Amino acid sequence: MNPDNNTVLHIADVHKSFGGLHALSDIDLSVKEGTTHAIIGPNGAGKSTLLNVCIGRLIPDRGAIIFDGEELTGKSPHEINQAGVARVFQTPEIFTELSVLENVIVPILSKKDGSYRFNPMKNLKQRKDAYDEAMHLIEDVGLSPSDPSGSLSRGDKRRLELAMCLSQHPRLLLLDEPTAGMSRHDTNSTIELLKKIKERGMTKVVIEHDMHVVFSLADRISVLAEGRIIADGTPEEVKNSAVVQEAYLGG
Amino acid sequence: MLSKKIANSELAIMLIFSAVVLTMPIWLAPIGAGYPDLLQKFAIFGLFAIGYNILFGMTGYLSFGHAAFLGVGSYAAVWSFKLLTMNVLPAVLFGVLFSGAFAFLIGYVSLRRSGIYFSILTLAFAQMSYNLAYSVLTPITNGETGLQLTNKDPRIIDSLLSSEPVIGLPSTVLFGIKMSGYSGFYFCAVVLILGFFIALRISRSPFGLVLKGIKSNQTRMKFTGFNTRPYMITAFVISGMYAGLAGSLMAVTDPLAGAERMQWTASGEVVLMTILGGVGTLIGPVLGAGLIKYFENIFSAFNDRALHELFAFLPDGVENLFVTIVSPFVGEGWHLTLGVLFMIIIVFLPGGIIQGIERINNRFFKKSSSAKSDSNES
Amino acid sequence: MDAIFLQILNGLDKGGAYALIALGLTLAFGTLGIVNFAHGALFMLGAFCAVSIQALLTHSKKVKDESITFFDAYKEQPYLEIWWGDLGTTIIDYAVPISILAAIPIMLLIGLSMERGLIRFFYKRTHAEQILVTFGLAIVIQELIKANFGSNPIPTPAPDVVSGSANIGSALGLSDSIVYPWWRLIYLAFSVIILAAVFAFLQFTTFGMVVRAGMHDRDMVNLLGIDVEKKFTIVFGLAAVVAGLAGVMYAPILPPDYHIGMDFLVLSFVVVVVGGMGSLGGAVAAGFLLGILQSFASMNEVKSLFPGIDQIIIYLVAVVILLVRPRGLMGRKGVMEE
Repeated sequence: MNPDNNTVLHIADVHKSFGGLHALSDIDLSVKEGTTHAIIGPNGAGKSTLLNVCIGRLIPDRGAIIFDGEELTGKSPHEINQAGVARVFQTPEIFTELSVLENVIVPILSKKDGSYRFNPMKNLKQRKDAYDEAMHLIEDVGLSPSDPSGSLSRGDKRRLELAMCLSQHPRLLLLDEPTAGMSRHDTNSTIELLKKIKERGMTKVVIEHDMHVVFSLADRISVLAEGRIIADGTPEEVKNSAVVQEAYLGG
Repeated sequence: MLSKKIANSELAIMLIFSAVVLTMPIWLAPIGAGYPDLLQKFAIFGLFAIGYNILFGMTGYLSFGHAAFLGVGSYAAVWSFKLLTMNVLPAVLFGVLFSGAFAFLIGYVSLRRSGIYFSILTLAFAQMSYNLAYSVLTPITNGETGLQLTNKDPRIIDSLLSSEPVIGLPSTVLFGIKMSGYSGFYFCAVVLILGFFIALRISRSPFGLVLKGIKSNQTRMKFTGFNTRPYMITAFVISGMYAGLAGSLMAVTDPLAGAERMQWTASGEVVLMTILGGVGTLIGPVLGAGLIKYFENIFSAFNDRALHELFAFLPDGVENLFVTIVSPFVGEGWHLTLGVLFMIIIVFLPGGIIQGIERINNRFFKKSSSAKSDSNES
Repeated sequence: MDAIFLQILNGLDKGGAYALIALGLTLAFGTLGIVNFAHGALFMLGAFCAVSIQALLTHSKKVKDESITFFDAYKEQPYLEIWWGDLGTTIIDYAVPISILAAIPIMLLIGLSMERGLIRFFYKRTHAEQILVTFGLAIVIQELIKANFGSNPIPTPAPDVVSGSANIGSALGLSDSIVYPWWRLIYLAFSVIILAAVFAFLQFTTFGMVVRAGMHDRDMVNLLGIDVEKKFTIVFGLAAVVAGLAGVMYAPILPPDYHIGMDFLVLSFVVVVVGGMGSLGGAVAAGFLLGILQSFASMNEVKSLFPGIDQIIIYLVAVVILLVRPRGLMGRKGVMEE
């Protein structure tokens, strides 16, 4: 697979093993600008490991992660985020002690001020820019800004985390099972939200179990099994692929 | 809405705080705390606790080594008195600078780890400093005797400015005003007000919000693009500088410095002050420091005779029983009271007095949740 | 060569004490997930068991001193001597070994009530809160001891038979100059026996198996339907007994005072961290290792080379280990990491 001009993320020949276990072998994957790329596969196929490699939580044994022509391999998580990659986790990682508003202001500050800024004497209230943007986003996802985030429902926590990631206007958004554990209703509203983002041209990589979600969002699907990509193509191609049928049904 | 706005305005908070602090000699007099020695302690330990709270309260990192910075501040200040001048400003400046530099070194290493490992690393460093101050560093610290002023001290700047020979030991001054008694207190009080103001600004700044984010979820902070390590080091150094400031003020009010100030039990005391008042609140640590120093003063002064007088209204048998029960907790036994208090607070009221006040408030005057979140800040 | 041998011996008995305390700390941490700052206080309570038993046995009555004839002189004579004569004297002499028997039930009781009365309410709270509440408890215990026994160290001698020194040098065919107090040798043997007993208990009994499994993965054992909490309470009691016994036996080496617990606690925590949080073997190995290192650092030759090194060696090692090998010597992955 040759990365062409409009490739945002190129996972080049990545290999990762834990002890004797090959979690990822020879993964080669390109994600094109503005598309939604779904990664599916049975449990333990290495999907989460792949995301962890992308955001710098794990360092691959071999291969490289190239984002926007820049190599990310070996960089620390905050550098990768500053480069324009944000991630929604499987269990929402939010600031449970802070209010919804503060939760969203934090990532905006990171986007605007960079990875470190010492401004202890400046009042947060003077940061009208960050404040307005946060309010706008919170309205978008349908939360109320003054609520303490710790007491939100699981679905709302996910929505909040999504808002936090969106607030940074990342070029690439990684989503790890964004609808896991959600009710049908919440799932549908999340799909709507994600479609809305797609219209803005943000590139996404989604790990998902729910085929309904996958087929309503994805432009392209890669199927992972035992650490290898066994199929890659448009939703239609993948749906009809014999290999995938076997991995999922025959096994 | 209006009252909320006033309660949240920086100016209002600072005015009220300053008024309360500066009038302490008046309103503390009826409860027997209106004398300079104790008032100075209130201000000094209040500063120490405010600074400690910037680390522990805002970032959640539990340091057991802050007494080391207090000690460094004291030593630096006394050396400034010995070598340069009896003026307190350079002494305070050196105290803050040296403790800041020292905090940077220790923080740089300790902050490689978090959680309980961080606590133990800071504890190890503080114990090392304490042990060294007693042994090898005796030329600097004067070992067990402690560092004191002598008649042979050069005091270069002072001797350049005036050729009059000083009779006896000189006292610390601020441009001619002797820093003992009430003037000493007012100097400490002004520094306390400044320190409180800076802490208030920090807690309301973007920087402060990042610290709170680190406390809440460090993983998220990293994946949100924050380089948390320099933030932590900055917070550690700031709180170390506060400790050094408090240490140098101790030397200002009483120009000597001893290694016992660096012992880890002293670090434990500032943790207690912060928790007693309310971790993560601004006024809580000051309150906690004041209460502990006040009760230390009262309780340690009691002896058996005073107890008998106190319970004299009871029948003899009951009186003796009460004295027997209470006497281990007073005088020498003040630390026992402190330990018990420590446990009670952590078991029943981990949010400290501020949380207690909130609970009472919520019970008697049912308030909306928005009012509750505001009171967290002040 | 001889000097080195002597230093190793010197370090071993102190190392034994560190190892015993660190073992209990690790057990409590591994099973209950509790960071117990009051563990040093348990060591001290053990030592004061010995002090109290000694005081009890030597409880005296004023009697006329017959050896002085030209005026009426009185002396204190223990009741035991009055009642049983020489047998009484012997019993008093053996106060410390007797204390061991007494200390086992006493320390077990203290340990169990500590866990049931306070610690169990802190399982679900943060490590910081655990540290703080047990720190408070440690202060309370320490101050109670101070109120009852004063602040001076109380000599608690070992039995006469073993009060001398053993000439190890000639026994091992080395220089005659290596003599070593019997009691410290006994302490070393004692700590090895206790350590071996605890390990055997954990290794070969079903109870021990559950405990080890629990240290490995608490949730799993819970899922199996084994009532781990009750077992862990007993483990805490056991840890208290181990610390207490370490304290009883240490009393003749270092006359106990009220802050002996804190002194040992800080060092033992460092030992646990160096050994690797949650690793029993690591705690023991690090205990002995740091004991020996400390003893080498206090040699004059070393001190003249690095002044003050004896004061800070343990902390220095801890700092280096934590930075270079954060898991400690034998720590498992994933224990207390971010």
